[in-house]
Formats: sequence, structure tokens, C-alpha cells
Amino acid sequence: MGVLSLQNLSLRQGENILIENVSFDIDGGGLHVLMGPNGAGKSSLLKAIAGHPDYRPFAGQILLNNVPINNFLPEERSRRGIFLAFQNPIDLPGVSVAQLLKSARQARLPPGEVFDVISFYNEFYEALGSLSMDRSWANRSVNEGFSGGERKRCELLQILLLKPAFILLDEIDSGLDVDALGLVGKTLRRLREAGTGILLVTHSRKLLDFLAPDSVLILHGGRLTGSGGPELAIEVERRGFQMFAKERNG
Amino acid sequence: MDNGSPDSDFFYRTDYAHDVGRGLSEQTVRHISRLKGEPGWLLSFRLKSLEIFQKLAMPDWAPLKKEDLDYGNIRYYLAHEQFPKRNWEEVPEEVKRTFDRLGVPEKERKFLAGVEAQFDSEMAYANLKEDLIRQGVIFVSSSEGLRDHEEIFRPYFGTLVSSSDNLFAALNGAAFSGGSFIYIPPDVKVAQPLQAYFRINAEQFGQFERTLIIVGENAEVIYLEGCTAPRFETTTLHAAVVEVFALAGAKVQYVTVQNWSDNVYNLVTKRAKAFEDAEIRWIDCNIGSRLTMKYPALLLAGERARGEVLSISVAHNGQRQDTGARAIHLAPRTSSQLIAKSLSIGNGAATYRGKIFLAPSADHCRSHSRCDALLLGEEAISQTFPEIHCQGEGCTVEHEASVSKISDEQLFYLRSRGLDERGALGLMVNGFFSDLIREFPMEYGVELKRLIEMEMDDIGSGESVP
Repeated sequence: MGVLSLQNLSLRQGENILIENVSFDIDGGGLHVLMGPNGAGKSSLLKAIAGHPDYRPFAGQILLNNVPINNFLPEERSRRGIFLAFQNPIDLPGVSVAQLLKSARQARLPPGEVFDVISFYNEFYEALGSLSMDRSWANRSVNEGFSGGERKRCELLQILLLKPAFILLDEIDSGLDVDALGLVGKTLRRLREAGTGILLVTHSRKLLDFLAPDSVLILHGGRLTGSGGPELAIEVERRGFQMFAKERNG
Repeated sequence: MDNGSPDSDFFYRTDYAHDVGRGLSEQTVRHISRLKGEPGWLLSFRLKSLEIFQKLAMPDWAPLKKEDLDYGNIRYYLAHEQFPKRNWEEVPEEVKRTFDRLGVPEKERKFLAGVEAQFDSEMAYANLKEDLIRQGVIFVSSSEGLRDHEEIFRPYFGTLVSSSDNLFAALNGAAFSGGSFIYIPPDVKVAQPLQAYFRINAEQFGQFERTLIIVGENAEVIYLEGCTAPRFETTTLHAAVVEVFALAGAKVQYVTVQNWSDNVYNLVTKRAKAFEDAEIRWIDCNIGSRLTMKYPALLLAGERARGEVLSISVAHNGQRQDTGARAIHLAPRTSSQLIAKSLSIGNGAATYRGKIFLAPSADHCRSHSRCDALLLGEEAISQTFPEIHCQGEGCTVEHEASVSKISDEQLFYLRSRGLDERGALGLMVNGFFSDLIREFPMEYGVELKRLIEMEMDDIGSGESVP
């Protein structure tokens, strides 16, 4: 099984250091939770892993199955199995959900292979069904006019169809009602059982209790200041992030 | 539809039986008219048009001055014969090869009710399905229309677009050749489209077709035209005039996919008149040419007439698409909808000029216009000049406009799904045009998407490996 590792990763934007010397591994089937106060650098870290051009590491390595990918374009990282589910996925006016997924799947096609439209649609409808989405979703413009919950569902849909090896979820639970949260939890559990490595940024106790993560990582001021088991999340909830302002290993 | 596939840039050497030489004079005009065996009234029309052409100037707002083109260096008439063949096998070899390569005979078999193919100055091939001929439908070249159906042709010809309308309408009036003549008898509904292919083959040449479409009461027709030319270094001129008449209750759709090569000046006057309860739709797509100036017009002359102009234009590096629409409401309860979407790439410039006029006699009318521009690149240009004059009572007139860019976040989103930059831009651009592309006949829609994606080649690679 694969592994995604960060080794002494540092990021800056202008003079501003966003992430400093962060290291951890995510194994296939592993589920790790990243917590931290607002502005701690959680979203920046996720974007850097996905290859956002504004978040390029100036030191350290990102390794995907032992291959350094710092210089890989976002599309190459995606095709090699990294998926970022955005906190606020952006609108793509006029681009339908089906078109987006078709194009993304086509982009993954090995050279010389012909895209099989029929089996794509079979899979597409099956994935829609498993997320309780109806077929009218196929023709909706991506994220345009979607409610918060619909946006998150659409991100999950993409995960099901693109089958990444590692998923980075930026507050997938924010703005979700109880039912939707249950659906997210179940979907993530299923993916994890199938061997997907998951890095989850969340504040939701419900989701954590349901998923029972392998570890909780605390990011504060751009540095990993704490790591431990699920009990760490409980501690954060009880006592806040202040106590993690300085490095401390649990 | 293959007008505009990458393979449209090819050229077979051709020897013409008829070449009136360079430059336009009274002598050339007389020569063209004599070759076609035209009646005296038409020769007078041509000569009068020539006189107007010599006097007229371009309007101040135009992106082209009269003297920008070297009229003395253009060839005004190049043809093998004056009248088209009905049988594909009889078409001259190099002409046939050209249209074969553009897929014309194949398309005809697949989904068209009739086909015409103009090669330089004349229609080389024209054919209409038997059952439509039996129903009285006429689909011939304009020269044949005049020769065989003068009684229908003459009362309409030149009444919507007069030669004094603009410089290039005058030039067309003097030198016109080719184009379609269509007559649909009352109540006949032609289910499959009629298609005309316009091919410019020669260098330093002017194509001046003239199309006249008359759709009888409660009749229906869809006309498609596609335009291509090989790429030359020299200037080529395309100055067409199109007049469409939709009689009471008639429905007409006129669909253009223009993909001229970059050396073509495309200066076209298109106008349609709708009588009571008639409906006209101009669906216009301009992808090619150096400069296009084209503003399809709707003359809503009968009560409850409806008109629509849907236009797509793409201006890539070095191109200027100066397009738009006009709606002239003359009768009560008429309605118009003008929707324009343009994409400017690199230093390409897209201009929209909209003119909506509601006469005092046009009460309780509705007009809605929207124009959206998408810019790709820092130097891309978009301009909008809407003009609205409302004198009718109880009218509702709306105009909306927007300019947008594809944001870095949208690009990153798509790239993080595995699309490369070009693919991401292509998807966004097709998304931008998607609601209009849906209005094109399906075979065209597919091709159009591909053509637009090909335009993405013009974009410099922005984001690269860190």
C-alpha cells in the first residue's frame, strides 16, 4: 500500500512563513485528522500537497510512494492519486458535473486507450445513487447555485469517480446537517476500508467519533505542535488550542 | 459539418474558365452581368451600385476605413461555369476534391434536405431532395433563381438591403455572384436543414454572394451556412448580402458557422423581415477571419412577430470580431431577444454593437438583450456599444452585460482534478458558450465545441513547472 509523506515541509507567502518544518506520513487506509485554530495553515498545507502554484514549498519534500513530487503540476499529482476536497469549492459556470467528471476521467486515460462512455455513465449513476443524488445532477453547472451541503456532496462524488489513493478534505463537514454529515462519515469509512489514505481537517466531534482516526495532528502557527490519538481531539475541545501554541507530543 | 475542421486549410491549384481580372470597373460589372445573361434591370442595379460604392465612405465608428483595402488588386469573378451541377459526378474535379475533403457529400446523405456548394464566385453544385421539389420548394443559386423564377425573385430582391445601405452592400450590389435563392411555399415545413457551403479557394479574391430567402405563410425552414478558406498571406474579401423574408406565421432559422482563414475580411450585411406572427432566428458563430463586421438585423414588421439573434464570436490573436445585432420593432406586440457571447484570446478584440429601436407604432413590445464577454489574457479586448431607442408605449426593454475572466482558482480547481491547463481552459470556455451551443443543430454543436477548443492553442502557457 502507498504512502504520502511530508518531510520537513516549509511554505511561505512573500515574507510570511505559513508552514514550518512539518513532517508526517499518511498510509493507505490510514485516517489522520489535522486540527488547529483559524489561520494555523491547515488549508495552505493541503493546497501545497495538491500543488497549488501559490503554495510552493521552499524547503522539505512531499513524497508520493517515495517519489518526490514538489515539482509536479497539480494535474500530475491528481492523476497520480492525490485529491483535494475544497472547503469552498468554486463555481464553474456552464460546466456540467458530468462534463467535469468525464474530462477528469479522460485525463487519466492511459495513452492509446479509448474512453468508454457507457461504462463511465454506469459508474456515474451508481456513484450518484450511493450519495443519494438524483440523475439531474449530471447537467447541473458545477457548484453554481449549490447549497453548502450540495457542494460537499459534489466533492465526494468526484472522489468516488476519480478513485484517488489519498484524499485531503478541507472541512468537508462545515455547513452540513446531521443527515449529510452521516453520509460523509459513511462514505469516508467506506473509502478508508477500501485502502484510501485520508487527511481530514475538521472540528466536528461527531465525525471524529464516527470515524475513529488513527491520529490527530495539531497545527499551530504553521508548526505541528501536537500529535496523538483521538483523545487529543477531546482535549482540544475541552481546553482550546492555546495549550498547543508550543510544541508538545502526546 | 466540416467547415472549419483543421483540414479546411488546404488548397488545390485551379484553372478558371472565367476570370474577369483584377479591379472593379464599369467594364468588369458589365462583363459579369453578360456572362450570367442577366436582364437589363439587374445590370442597371449593378451599375447604380457601383456608382454608390465609389461615392460612399465607411462610417466613423467602423474599425475599417474604405482605403484600408486595395480594391484594385482584388479579383472579382472566378468561375468554371455560371450554373451549378445537380449531379455530384459532373462537378469539376478539383472542386469536387475540395468539397469531398470538407465532407460535403457525406453530410448531404446524412442529415440535409439540400446542399449547395459555392466555389469562389459560383455555386458548383446544388441539389435538393425530390419530395421537396415536388412540394414546390426552390433551392437554387441566385443566378438560377433570377433566370428561372424572376417573378418571385424580383419583387423581393434588394428591398431589405439596398445598395446605399453601406459600402460593402454597394460593392456586393455591383459585383455579386453566387449565394442561395430559397423559396418555401405556404404551409410547407422543411424538416431537415438546407445547407450551403461557401469556399474561397483563390488568393486576392473577393467573394460576393447574395442570398435571398422567402418563406411563405406558415412555412418553415432551417438554413445552414458554413464558410472556409485556405490560409494565404494576401488579403481576401468576403462581402455578402443576405435578405430573408418570413411571411405571416412563417418560421426561419438561419445558422452560420464562419471559420474563414486569418487573411479574410468578412464584411456582411444580413437582414430579415418578419411579418405577422412570423419567427426569425439568426444563429451566428464567428470564429475565423482577420476582421468581421456583421450585425444581423431583425425587422419586426407584422404584429406579434418574434425575432432572436444568438451570436458567438471568438477573437484570437490578431483578430477582430466586430459583431452584434439589430432589432427594429415596427409593429405592436413584437418581441426580440439578442444574446451575444464573445471570447477574446491573446490580443484579440471582440466588439458588440447592439441597436434596438422601437417605433411609435410598436406598442406593447418586449426586447431583451444580453451580452457576455470572456477575456483570456492580459491584452484581450472586449467592447460593448448598446443603443436603445424606445418610442412605443407599454414596451419592456432590458439590457444586461457582463465581462469575466477565468480565475486562477477555477483553473486550480480543474487542474487539481487532473485536467491540464489547456483542457481546463477549454472546459471553461465551452461552459461559457454552452447555453448558446445548445441552440445549434446537434451536428454543428459537436463540431463547434471542437473548433472552440482548438482556439485554445492560441493561449501562451501561463502556469509552468515551478
